[in-house]
Amino acid sequence: MTMTGLDTTPPGGIPHREDNYLTHRRGIASWLFTLDHKRIGVMYLVTVLAAFLLGGIFALLMRTQLLRPEGLLFHMTPDNQDLAVYRPFNQLFTLHGVVMIFLVLIPGTPAALGNFVLPLMLGAKDVAFPRLNLWSYYLFVAGAVLAVVSILVNAVDTGWTFYTPYSTQTSGAVIPLVAGAFVIGFSSIFTGINFIVSIHKLRPAGMKWDRVPLFLWGLYATAVIQVVATPVLGMTLLLLIVERLFHVGIFNSYYGGDPVLFQHFFWFYSHPAVYIMILPAMGVMSEVIATFCRRDIFGYRFVAASSVAIALIGFLVWGHHMFPNGQSGALDAIFSVMTMLVAIPSGVKVWNWLATMYKGSIVLQAPMCYALCFLFLFAIGGLTGLWLASLVTNFHVHDTYFVVAHFHYVMIGGALFMFIGGLHYWWPKITGRMYNETVARIGCLLLFAGFNLTFFPQFIMGTHGMPRRSASYMPMFELYHVLSSEGALLQFLALLLIAGCFVYSLCRGRKAPANPWGGTTLEWACPSPPPHDNFDRPPPVGRPYDRAGIAWNDALGGYERKEKS
Amino acid sequence: MTEPAAHAQDPRSDPWHLAHHFTTPRQQFDSGKLGIWLFLATEILLFSGLFCAYAVFRANHPEVFVYAHLYLSKPLGALNTLILIFSSFTMASAVRAAQLGQTRWLVRLLAVTLVCAGAFLCVKFIEYKAKWEEGLLTGARYRPEAPPPGADVPKEAAIPRARPAPKPAPVDGLLVERSTIAPAAVGPSGLAPAWLAGEPAHPPLEWRGPEPYNVQVFFSFYFVMTGLHGIHVLGGMAAIGWVLVRARRGEFGPQYFSPVDFTGLYWHLVDLIWIFLFPLLYLIT
Repeated sequence: MTMTGLDTTPPGGIPHREDNYLTHRRGIASWLFTLDHKRIGVMYLVTVLAAFLLGGIFALLMRTQLLRPEGLLFHMTPDNQDLAVYRPFNQLFTLHGVVMIFLVLIPGTPAALGNFVLPLMLGAKDVAFPRLNLWSYYLFVAGAVLAVVSILVNAVDTGWTFYTPYSTQTSGAVIPLVAGAFVIGFSSIFTGINFIVSIHKLRPAGMKWDRVPLFLWGLYATAVIQVVATPVLGMTLLLLIVERLFHVGIFNSYYGGDPVLFQHFFWFYSHPAVYIMILPAMGVMSEVIATFCRRDIFGYRFVAASSVAIALIGFLVWGHHMFPNGQSGALDAIFSVMTMLVAIPSGVKVWNWLATMYKGSIVLQAPMCYALCFLFLFAIGGLTGLWLASLVTNFHVHDTYFVVAHFHYVMIGGALFMFIGGLHYWWPKITGRMYNETVARIGCLLLFAGFNLTFFPQFIMGTHGMPRRSASYMPMFELYHVLSSEGALLQFLALLLIAGCFVYSLCRGRKAPANPWGGTTLEWACPSPPPHDNFDRPPPVGRPYDRAGIAWNDALGGYERKEKS
Repeated sequence: MTEPAAHAQDPRSDPWHLAHHFTTPRQQFDSGKLGIWLFLATEILLFSGLFCAYAVFRANHPEVFVYAHLYLSKPLGALNTLILIFSSFTMASAVRAAQLGQTRWLVRLLAVTLVCAGAFLCVKFIEYKAKWEEGLLTGARYRPEAPPPGADVPKEAAIPRARPAPKPAPVDGLLVERSTIAPAAVGPSGLAPAWLAGEPAHPPLEWRGPEPYNVQVFFSFYFVMTGLHGIHVLGGMAAIGWVLVRARRGEFGPQYFSPVDFTGLYWHLVDLIWIFLFPLLYLIT
């Protein structure tokens, strides 16, 4: 099937259309009340990036504090020896965690990029429930507003995990913050339901399950976790709220409750939640690797199935957050083994990506640079996860900077790098503009350098016993902390450069062709930016990474798929 | 599952209820059906957190549950169960009426369902009011006037008795040196089997002896579980009311009845959760 039914079609190519989703309707109301998945995706993107800036500022303030052993911003004086001077630091790490996890990492790739790309990859006009989609965006915003309210009232200092009993006693505004997380949870559930139904019911006729693009497999596995795990978090946070309001004594031992039960409930959600963050990133990874290595993905079925396997095993490992926290030895051992099992599907993915790259003709454009960073950083993050899964080492490094470094290697080096990589990859599709390739590559390199400078020293000081969440430290750790803080600054500058590159492309970037990278999935078969209804007619569906007929076309300034005649 | 014959009709006729991004009414109906089932799954998981907490506490402190449940009124609980089961029947009949295009029956049956839901909440209100008056509340507000009917509590352990006023003062920041949390009265035994924990294998089926510790926890579960369920009943009433208004406008028929169907599924779930809550809270012995 060709697109020759359209007048302006260049031979074999996809027409550039003046009427696209950005210009379809104008005015602020047309954005605020839109049901178009692309506009909702863009609104998510803007909100997530704003939250990312906020969370980043909190991180920078923390790293500034830690430039000196006694603390640069908040420290005791001879007159004031009260430990409470460090309370602002506790508020900082709490807010950094809450903002980055609930407002950036969880919605980042699935809600922002996923919303935009999912229906396009399906060749569909929208997600299954567009109105629910808008609802979930506004629930997300409402949750974010509640979180900001809690900061203004009295910022919470419990850590993002809200562990009882401290969270039932602190004077911080726990209720608005937890209510915010609860509402965001519902936003996440609705997005998950929407994605599962869309992938089940809106696939075009030819798209069998073994032809679904791997990003969608990632989103599907993510959505399953969102739907299954998030309600339990909702219940937990609700119980925490009523605990504070009515002293129901389910988590508060003073009234006969059990604080460790909170930890079980919390991690039953929050451990699968890290897979909510990483699985869509792995999906982006598969797309980028296949496109920029100019090869069909190696081991499609295994990459797809490993996403689902990670999602399922991920439900049975929550106890590894609680090894020293009053679990029986038998439970510790079981959770330890289950945790190590996660390494198998993760390893399957990494080896399949490497096998795809092997003998591929690799093009080092910016998204591929991020993919290479991902491989390197995720390998470090994943392998240190095995250290943490084994009981002997866990007891030694529990609650030290080693855990912080491991988590950031997986979540920033994995999830966030691929979020930014995916943003580069789909930027031409979203905005219709090309960014400057050289600047984007330099940005990626700087971010990579800054990231390792920040977090690698944290592994070392963690093994030497530097506890996490501490506002001051012994002088022996000063070198590591100073390096770490300098790395944070470098990351900030790199992110500014990347942001500048994107903003510049909006104003001056060259117009993007429909398929600038030679991608094979269906989103590249519609114009950039896509028209309001995405496709004039359902696009033809083949194997997702079939490169037959994909060739550069000088006239288009991009790739096209030449149809077999 | 219902298979409306009309969905097999020519998809190109594009009826008014077909959203632009669906190809056929069948596809739209199936999507909605999958969506509502997923939503119901999340609802079950929401409650499962509570059921799980209930299981942990009941396994650790069976005596609390045996003792405290005697305060609850079995007749009122049973009445509410009957009301909800009947309302599920009328709701299911309403879906059938919608499929058959019997609009007048549809409106009537939905109205009956709505009335049943209201009656359920009225009974619940009567129960809550009684608990409030008898001092059977959560945490420090648990100050019962008398032992429950049916419990053989010796006179010397009579209630009310002096209780400490337990309100931990909020602490600010890092006062690590002193904890405001009093030690728990009875340590948890975890989920260890009864023979390992040195406890009798079966909890007593009737209560003899003084009031056990931590009875207030039972009322925490009672209020949180029935309260959350009550909120779901309210949500169900809103949904049924909305469907009722649309039914009166004659929007539903054999071609299009998904809102009735989906509201019905949700209502059955609310009913089902009560079917679990009733024995877990009211019928412990």
